Amino acid sequence: MNKLDRPITLPIEDIIEEAQDIKSFVFRHKFNAKPGQFILLWIPNVNEKPFGVSYQDKEKFMITVCKVGKATEVLHKMKKGDLVGIRGPYGTNFELEGKNIVLVGGGYGTAPLFFLANQTKKRNVNVDFIIGAKSEKFLIFRDKIRKLKIKLHITTDDGTCGEKCFTTDVLEKLLNQKKIDIVYGCGPELMLKKLVDICKVKNIPSQISLERYIKCGMGICGQCCVDPLGLRMCKEGPVISGKVACKIFEFGKYKRDASGKKINI
Amino acid sequence: MENLNITTKICGVKLNNPTVLASGILGVTASSLIKVAKKGAGAVTTKSIGLKERKGSRGPILLEFRGGLINAVGLSNPGIEESLKEINLFKSKSKIPIIASIFAPTKKEFGQVAKKVSEAGPDFIEVNISCPNVESEFGKPFAKDIKLAAKVTEEVKKNTKIPVIVKLSPNVDDIKSLALAVESAGADCISAINTVGPGMIIDIKTAKPVLSNKVGGVSGPAIKPIAVRCIFDIYEAVKIPIIGIGGILTGQDAIEMIMAGASAIGIGSAVYYRGIDVFKKICQEIRKFMKENNYENLEQMIGKAHG
Repeated sequence: MNKLDRPITLPIEDIIEEAQDIKSFVFRHKFNAKPGQFILLWIPNVNEKPFGVSYQDKEKFMITVCKVGKATEVLHKMKKGDLVGIRGPYGTNFELEGKNIVLVGGGYGTAPLFFLANQTKKRNVNVDFIIGAKSEKFLIFRDKIRKLKIKLHITTDDGTCGEKCFTTDVLEKLLNQKKIDIVYGCGPELMLKKLVDICKVKNIPSQISLERYIKCGMGICGQCCVDPLGLRMCKEGPVISGKVACKIFEFGKYKRDASGKKINI
Repeated sequence: MENLNITTKICGVKLNNPTVLASGILGVTASSLIKVAKKGAGAVTTKSIGLKERKGSRGPILLEFRGGLINAVGLSNPGIEESLKEINLFKSKSKIPIIASIFAPTKKEFGQVAKKVSEAGPDFIEVNISCPNVESEFGKPFAKDIKLAAKVTEEVKKNTKIPVIVKLSPNVDDIKSLALAVESAGADCISAINTVGPGMIIDIKTAKPVLSNKVGGVSGPAIKPIAVRCIFDIYEAVKIPIIGIGGILTGQDAIEMIMAGASAIGIGSAVYYRGIDVFKKICQEIRKFMKENNYENLEQMIGKAHG
């Protein structure tokens, strides 16, 4: 019988403190997600929320969660062995293309890109991974990325670690220095907007993960549709090309909340 | 085959084909409705609009079971002012008829929402008196009380000149009397059915209901026979046109509903099962059936299962 689209209940296998307010949750479950795809995580009696997969191997997968609201606060208080519901994977994924790539992760947006970076291991790909955060205490995955033996660039808004600048400043420098085939981004929307604009000027393809309010995840409630294309970010997203992002006029300007009301980015 | 006539008329409004996007599906924004119109829907329905902004239920709001879907979205909507903008935007970009679905917790507020939503000039107003998911908050749906259903219909009619569709619930003892009552109260059209139930899904490991609302409306293939029977009954009771909704996935399903008495058919859960292209697919399947069975137009099939 086919798998039904509803949560399967799993115990939390492991919890890793990544940075201030950011934890990873590991589950022992064979999951066929691709980098950039998301799961819906059900916290019984609380809520169900979307999270990008940050790591996956043959027997485990991981999500990395920042404490941003009620549901994530409850999740952060949960312990190994506690039961949550998992379903998915949902949505589009980052596609590895080209030989020279740049990954740009802002804040906890680094998480899904780390999953992508892992996939470059077996391939002959030159990777520059730029990660940034407000401050050193919010930076995630520095050691994990270093272990992959790829070039890591760190930025912080306050200069407590790496360069005191934005990730997109480093991206611009890299694009001026060498030939890059494609840029991947995940993080705050204004960072992604900058990334897409820079790549557009340089005529370099890009793929970004655009976050919208996901309710059903199954492509029918319409809550995550973007203006004016009506693309569903749970189905035709969250990963979209820079070209498509340029046609979404709400990109970098506004999004919709749980009621459907527009809120400024 | 393309020249087979599958147009239909509801209250004088022509639909290029009988497929109507049902309320609650891809109906939050104009952009989404425009996309559905481009994908071949004969008409589209907004997600139900209320006077004030509502965030709706927490997740999970939608689950699959073997036979269909169960949902409890909780009537989330951005409120009447934002919704008017979306309807206006849709009308400026698409010629496909748009149905504004409305809900309210009281008879009086139904009148207010109807009046206000009329400003945007939708082609129809659909009165959602049958949402099974807000009973703990709103009390029993109006559709469960024949007298109240009629009173709400009257109130809406008093407040608008736009044709009024009343959406009925299958979760009643006597849908014929209900249909007759809303017709007598002035309804111009009936749409049926809203979701069945409510139902419940329990996760057996945590021993908890999975929907955050605990209960939700059941839709999809499992409810089609109930929907077909309801349309059959309503068709016998009233003269006004019927939009048949409930578990339609294919052109064959659509024709079954049309033969039960529907002039148009609602598409909801099928978007999950067959994608947004389902409107075109169903139309092609309807045409194929008509060609193979020597029908020239839909009218020849409407209500054919009677007598």
